[in-house]
Amino acid sequence: MVRFQNVGMRYGLGPEVLRDVSLHLAPGSFHFLSGASGAGKSSLLKIIYLACRPSRGLVSLFGADISTLSREALPPLRRRIGVVFQDFRLLDHLTVLDNVALPLRVAGVKRAEIREHASELLRWVGLENCINALPPTLSGGEKQRVAIARAVITRPQMLLADEPTGNVDDSIALRLLRLFEELNRLGTTVLIATHNENLIRHAFHPRYHLSGGELTGPFRVAPPPSPARVASAEGPA
Amino acid sequence: MMFWKARDLALDADPARRFLPWLVAMIVYLASLALAGMMSLSAAVDRWDRGLTGTLTVQIPAPATGTADDAVARALAALRATPGVESARVLGADEISALLEPWLGSGTLAGELPLPRLIDVRVRAAAAPDIEGLTAVMRAAAPGAVIDDHKKSLDRLIALAHTVELVALGIVVLVTLAAVATVIFITRTGLAIHAGGIELLHLIGAADGYVARQFQGQALELALKGGLIGCVLTAATVFLLGRAAAALGTGILPDFTLSPAQWGALAAVPLGVAVIGMVTARMTVMAALRALP
Repeated sequence: MVRFQNVGMRYGLGPEVLRDVSLHLAPGSFHFLSGASGAGKSSLLKIIYLACRPSRGLVSLFGADISTLSREALPPLRRRIGVVFQDFRLLDHLTVLDNVALPLRVAGVKRAEIREHASELLRWVGLENCINALPPTLSGGEKQRVAIARAVITRPQMLLADEPTGNVDDSIALRLLRLFEELNRLGTTVLIATHNENLIRHAFHPRYHLSGGELTGPFRVAPPPSPARVASAEGPA
Repeated sequence: MMFWKARDLALDADPARRFLPWLVAMIVYLASLALAGMMSLSAAVDRWDRGLTGTLTVQIPAPATGTADDAVARALAALRATPGVESARVLGADEISALLEPWLGSGTLAGELPLPRLIDVRVRAAAAPDIEGLTAVMRAAAPGAVIDDHKKSLDRLIALAHTVELVALGIVVLVTLAAVATVIFITRTGLAIHAGGIELLHLIGAADGYVARQFQGQALELALKGGLIGCVLTAATVFLLGRAAAALGTGILPDFTLSPAQWGALAAVPLGVAVIGMVTARMTVMAALRALP
């Protein structure tokens, strides 16, 4: 699905924000991308969702080397990727329903279908009572859920989330995590960039770690042994 | 209901865009007036050309003493005997007075002046007599006779009219360029204001054409509104000018009444400006989006 080989990236003439990054995301996989603020997580995601081109190295997306693709070939690829932006990027003049429906409109889906899908998805994320609200009237958590609904409405093959739990408390963060896991069970490849260690500990998905632009991993996170398994391993008292 | 009314980008809120209809109204008004002037002048030149082709005027000067009747009779006889002359008619004193009226006013002054006698000659267009030969014949019959085939004065008039037409065409071209520049400026302002929204659309897979349609659709809508205002103002102005010219009734000013086809051409101006606005907006956006990855 996504393969990086020795990828480097710099903005303009500045220093490299990513150095010799190699990673592989298999179809249907679920990964975390951790690292401190400024480590390069957002830059790495930007390359995957085709907002930037790498300065060097090879990036393969859905089996295609992106350096060989023309500009015209990129929009269809972008439509196969759902992105939850760190700052939500909701359009303030559009209602919640219109914001969520945006990717479908861009994809040219029929109006009746769009309304039905968007309404259903808003029920799924618990915002069925806010469909006509404007983003400035929503709380941080509600905006986050609108952004997530917009990212998944086209049933993308890949979902990228940049600090998706940065503005919500732990209980909502876990609820959002379950949403991502449900999508992953339906076949979507998921990559979540976060520095929320608590969130990573609650899910047992492999994690890549970025530090100073260098990527390490993936690290497997083993689930804690279940009480029954612990009991059987210890044997009868 | 709100679902489909909303544009993806809040272009309606742009302050610069609110002025676009008024700017377009002024542009359409100027372009349409220039075009209307050009068309009525062109029609007037055609009429003058048609009216004067195939006619000559023989002018026999008034003698110092006595009358020119004998000279006029000889000239008339010579003209009627000339091949290619269809008819020859001496203009009466009242007709000459009528011709001079715009300059000398009505009254008896014309009768008191030593005016030349005029003979209105119709010639066959296909076999018109040679002017130099005819002049010699006329001078033999009536010394001092002058033949005016109106060519020189008509040529000057047509040259003047064409110059005015070129100026009008220049005005149309300039105001069209002004329309293009206005739309480019407003579209670029919109691109800067909505950079965030445009980037979002781009990242969720919108092709450049999808983003451009947002701008071009609004440019078309606003330009049509402005064009309609400009069109109404032009129609009112042309109507009033036509009435004013008709009230003068001297034939000095070109007729400001337009034919249905010419009104159709005027109605096409706002549509043309709207289409130019739409295409300009699209090209501006498409060029700007090429800078995105």
